[in-house]
Amino acid sequence: MPTVSVKRDLLFQALGRTYTDEEFDELCFEFGLELDEITSEKEIISKEQGNVKAAGASDVVLYKIDVPANRYDLLCLEGLVRGLQVFKERIKAPVYKRVMPDGKIQKLIITEETAKIRPFAVAAVLRNIKFTKDRYDSFIELQEKLHQNICRKRALVAIGTHDLDTLSGPFTYTAKRPSDIKFKPLNKTKEYTACELMNIYKTDNHLKHYLHIIENKPLYPVIYDSNGVVLSMPPIINGDHSRITVNTRNIFIECTGTDFTKAKIVLDIIVTMFSEYCENQFTVEAAEVVFPNGKSSTFPELAYRKEMVRADLINKKVGIRETPENLAKLLTRMYLKSEVIGDGNQIEIEIPPTRADIIHACDIVEDAAIAYGYNNIQMTLPKTYTIANQFPLNKLTELLRYDMAAAGFTEVLTFALCSQEDIADKLGLDISATKAVHISNPKTAEFQVARTTLLPGLLKTIAANRKMPLPLKLFEISDIVIKDSNTDVGAKNYRHLCAVYYNKNPGFEIIHGLLDRIMQLLDVPPGEDKGGYVIKASEGKTDEPNPELVKVSGGGYTLFLMKLVILIWDFRKKGR
Amino acid sequence: PQWLLAGPIIEAELRSTKRWELTAEGEEIAREGSHEARVFRSIPPEGLAQSELMRLPSGKVGFSKAMSNKWIRVDKSAADGPRVFRVVDSMEDEVQRRLQLVQGGQAEKLGEKERSELRKRKLLAEVTLKTYWVSKGSAFSTSISKQETELSPEMISSGSWRDRPFKPYNFLAHGVLPDSGHLHPLLKVRSQFRQIFLEMGFTEMPTYNFIESSFWNFDALFQPQQHPARDQHDTFFLRDPAEALQLPMDYVQRVKRTHSQGGYGSQGYKYTWKLDEARKNLLRTHTTSASARALYRLAQKKPFTPVKYFSIDRVFRNETLDATHLAEFHQIEGVVADHGLTLGHLMGVLREFFTKLGITQLRFKPAYNPYTEPSMEVFSYHQGLKKWVEVGNSGVFRPEMLLPMGLPENVSVIAWGLSLERPTMIKYGINNIRDLVGHKVNLQMVYDSPLCRLDAEPRPPPTQEAA
Repeated sequence: MPTVSVKRDLLFQALGRTYTDEEFDELCFEFGLELDEITSEKEIISKEQGNVKAAGASDVVLYKIDVPANRYDLLCLEGLVRGLQVFKERIKAPVYKRVMPDGKIQKLIITEETAKIRPFAVAAVLRNIKFTKDRYDSFIELQEKLHQNICRKRALVAIGTHDLDTLSGPFTYTAKRPSDIKFKPLNKTKEYTACELMNIYKTDNHLKHYLHIIENKPLYPVIYDSNGVVLSMPPIINGDHSRITVNTRNIFIECTGTDFTKAKIVLDIIVTMFSEYCENQFTVEAAEVVFPNGKSSTFPELAYRKEMVRADLINKKVGIRETPENLAKLLTRMYLKSEVIGDGNQIEIEIPPTRADIIHACDIVEDAAIAYGYNNIQMTLPKTYTIANQFPLNKLTELLRYDMAAAGFTEVLTFALCSQEDIADKLGLDISATKAVHISNPKTAEFQVARTTLLPGLLKTIAANRKMPLPLKLFEISDIVIKDSNTDVGAKNYRHLCAVYYNKNPGFEIIHGLLDRIMQLLDVPPGEDKGGYVIKASEGKTDEPNPELVKVSGGGYTLFLMKLVILIWDFRKKGR
Repeated sequence: PQWLLAGPIIEAELRSTKRWELTAEGEEIAREGSHEARVFRSIPPEGLAQSELMRLPSGKVGFSKAMSNKWIRVDKSAADGPRVFRVVDSMEDEVQRRLQLVQGGQAEKLGEKERSELRKRKLLAEVTLKTYWVSKGSAFSTSISKQETELSPEMISSGSWRDRPFKPYNFLAHGVLPDSGHLHPLLKVRSQFRQIFLEMGFTEMPTYNFIESSFWNFDALFQPQQHPARDQHDTFFLRDPAEALQLPMDYVQRVKRTHSQGGYGSQGYKYTWKLDEARKNLLRTHTTSASARALYRLAQKKPFTPVKYFSIDRVFRNETLDATHLAEFHQIEGVVADHGLTLGHLMGVLREFFTKLGITQLRFKPAYNPYTEPSMEVFSYHQGLKKWVEVGNSGVFRPEMLLPMGLPENVSVIAWGLSLERPTMIKYGINNIRDLVGHKVNLQMVYDSPLCRLDAEPRPPPTQEAA
């Protein structure tokens, strides 16, 4: 869940009233937000770097607010305030308008070289904007929040914002060999080639995370103006030439990416949020994007979509009985302008460009429920009549667990993931013989494979408990995983029972007795002739007293163990 | 043992005194002089070869002591090897004098420093003498009458028990704990959750497949292929077997269409859906993948029959580990599928479920989950922490998930989930998850853990005084 940090006083000023922390927390809860933390810059720095460094930092109270991952329209102060004000019916949701410029429309021409690396681009212009320090900071911060969330760390979409007055269109979005790209990037004093930049940014704590997106590609994406000035090399860095400042009045925004839908959403969010500060509030100047095939479109889309939902559907899905008029009012409070039409049971809902998360009627139903107040909904029990069944394997497991404890053995719970060494080398087996499934991206050796036997976990438990009085009698009933090409995923779980007896004296007869007891519990008689069980020496090393095993657990003691694969269907099939 | 003492027949008071005694070597020195004095005396005026001196019984120890006392010197330039000469004409053998003082019972005349020096040389030893002063006890008697500790069959048959004195039981002593096995606390809680679901008429879903395809874990749940949960940083993917061998291709096509183009009343996500991505095998990140399989199987059965399902099993996350997060944990999941289920029904079922856990104060917060809409987080008021804490997550499965499976349009599926570890840690007062799960767990904790009675009053947290 993304966290947005806003200055409390600025927030209250924009909301037109103050709240106590508890009141604001309550409002957040109701709206589906979470007031995660109340802090200040000073407190943050002092927590992370100590009191000394925090000495000069700001005391201004910050609210850190958790926002649902699909509400990109709430990722900045402007959006939060608009959402809450509409929710509280203090303002009407603004209508966002795309307008054509008086003069020539700004053009962004996409060349076909971009196809293989970052094929999509959209653009728009914010005209006559008025920034303050706080507004400017919020503008930058929103881009960062979008980059981290919907843009998937710039892999899907990257945003570039430029001072239009320093540039001259039309703009060209193309891709070039890194050695052929040369410009002065943001916050540097001289020009570098793209190759040099990629090297420099390897040690940049912020930018190094994005290099991999284009690093090994033959061509890098780049945007030029008509004079050959580099606007940006997405998704890494903008040019210094067109950098925006608090004083910038006209902003050219470009979003490039590999996901066209998301690029359009990101552009819509930025312009809807910050057109608030334009001379003509909530209007955005269109830009034309020319595609490699010669066709062109204007952006931002700022599309308003109409959905029709029946009032009784909303009532039925939520479990309430509201009039269509009331439901329309509830939805309008959620930034979804709605009215009752037709037979009086139909609600027409207008989905604004800020609400890209509304993709189905169920999203509208949820918003109606939120506005109604989840905690005002009458709780009822469904009349669903069902007979419960246990899963047979788990039922048997439960029964056996209790009787294993009754037999004096103590249950342990160990990890299903472990190292290759645990299931192979330490047991004297070759890893290929284990038929284990292998994890491709383990962060440490502890997560290399799924266990193929419960034994390592039991032995490690003994090793960690050598101070406990002897004997240790331990068991575990749980799943192991083996590769199996007969299943749809190519691997299969098996339920194992594994028990160990650990003492100063050999105790084979004890583990043997436990096996006999388990067989008794499973109603399997001894003796092959009776269709029962026999114990035979195993070829494998793990089924006999093995000094290697004892070494694993770290004691000088003798240790016996048993493993038993529970195959209940096998017992049944034999049908003694 | 305490319970054998039949009563205070006698009182015994322990008195201990300390005194200084000479060791065997100390005795010898008191008698014959210190080693250094003996060395000094053995050197004639014309000196003595050092090699010869060293052969004397006191030679080695005495030589170095006499040297440091500056009683003797060594002439290394002598013709036939180093030779030792007296430096002074006479000396006082302080060591012998002091030891003789101690021998004479006047150890107190020596200073603390002098005594400890002699003790270091192992000439003196401090001896503690323990004595008991015995006097008559309150139940003093000169005749012995043994109190019986146990009632025997003979006493009963002869009736002699009527006249015998019996020793009273000592209830303050600890009893002998029975030898027994123990169940693991987390799995005791698991048993209780199973029990609750069964009491509520929920059928257990099969979950015995830790390995799952991305398709069932994500795509089937309408979780888009670029979703951050599908990142290498969050999910364990498999190198071998890297890909699922079979997928239900008809259904896969419907899922693909819903993601990339929409349908079933949905706009879809409008991106290029890739089969390769769906085939990628992983360690399931939630048991909802098993729920998806169960619902898909349900959808293939015609006509539709309402169901209530549950599961409790392991899930895996490639996350940063801390005191409350491990790479694997148990997820509890409940699912109800029926015609016309509402959000109010979901809340009603949750209320019943949490009541059985002993949690009655509930509150619901709007939330976002990729595969449920509406979604709600469940909060309960924690008396100890004096605040609302999240106890579970829930919602109504999206139509984009259910309809491609083939479920009828008017069937709704409500679901909720929580972790098994969190309520267990709260229940047993455990702060670090490593003290509960895994091989490093202290077996004593397993031995000592009480029954799991979720609906009983929880033990009050220890106060400052108790701690």
